[in-house]
Amino acid sequence: MRVRVLAFARLRELLGFGQEDVEIGAGATVDGLWAQLMPDAQPGTALRASTRFARNGTVVDGTTRLNDGDEVALLPPVGGC
Amino acid sequence: MLDITSEPIDLDALVRAVRTDACGAVVAFAGVVRETSPEDPRRVVRIRYEAYSALALPQMREIAAATRAAFGPLEIAIVHRTGELGLGETSIAIAVGAPHRGRAFDGCEYAIDTIKARLAVWKQEVFADGETAWRANAPVGNGALADEAAPSR
Repeated sequence: MRVRVLAFARLRELLGFGQEDVEIGAGATVDGLWAQLMPDAQPGTALRASTRFARNGTVVDGTTRLNDGDEVALLPPVGGC
Repeated sequence: MLDITSEPIDLDALVRAVRTDACGAVVAFAGVVRETSPEDPRRVVRIRYEAYSALALPQMREIAAATRAAFGPLEIAIVHRTGELGLGETSIAIAVGAPHRGRAFDGCEYAIDTIKARLAVWKQEVFADGETAWRANAPVGNGALADEAAPSR
């Protein structure tokens, strides 16, 4: 299946894209998507620990299962104002 | 008025939006771009802001509702700017109108503190030497996007 990944701020620079459609296995979770995109930043790393996720505009945790066509946003620590 | 915009912010427009016949006080707050960074000795010359509006706008509505629930009755307007801003430009404006000044001040402070902790907005400082740095706000509780504790009056 295919999901649309949005990456912001430092994560956009690390991944090299702000928006990209990504093929992942059926039934994959947010954690699985992250592992595919960021193989060097697995659980325990500061980058993974500081990253939050949103699916279709709602903040979710890493165990959330994804569906074909979902929009998944990768959110570094916020810094507004 | 709750918005994320790439256009310059008109603070007076926010004040007008929250002024009602029930208001005895209007508190207006503007966050502006300054030349010093809390974590870097170099001079800041610009700040770039980006937002995930599909998340940040609902977050703004939640923060406005939480502010009203905790300190209301009150009117609140919030606008956050995106794009590249020069020194002195307004990056965020908040106006709160309430029957009395105490609730207006408290509501405004709660709103800006919660926005800094939660809102899906990022900033990149641009220094005089041309280098840049992403700057995160101080984390709150479980993380920047975690649910907030209930506000206290």
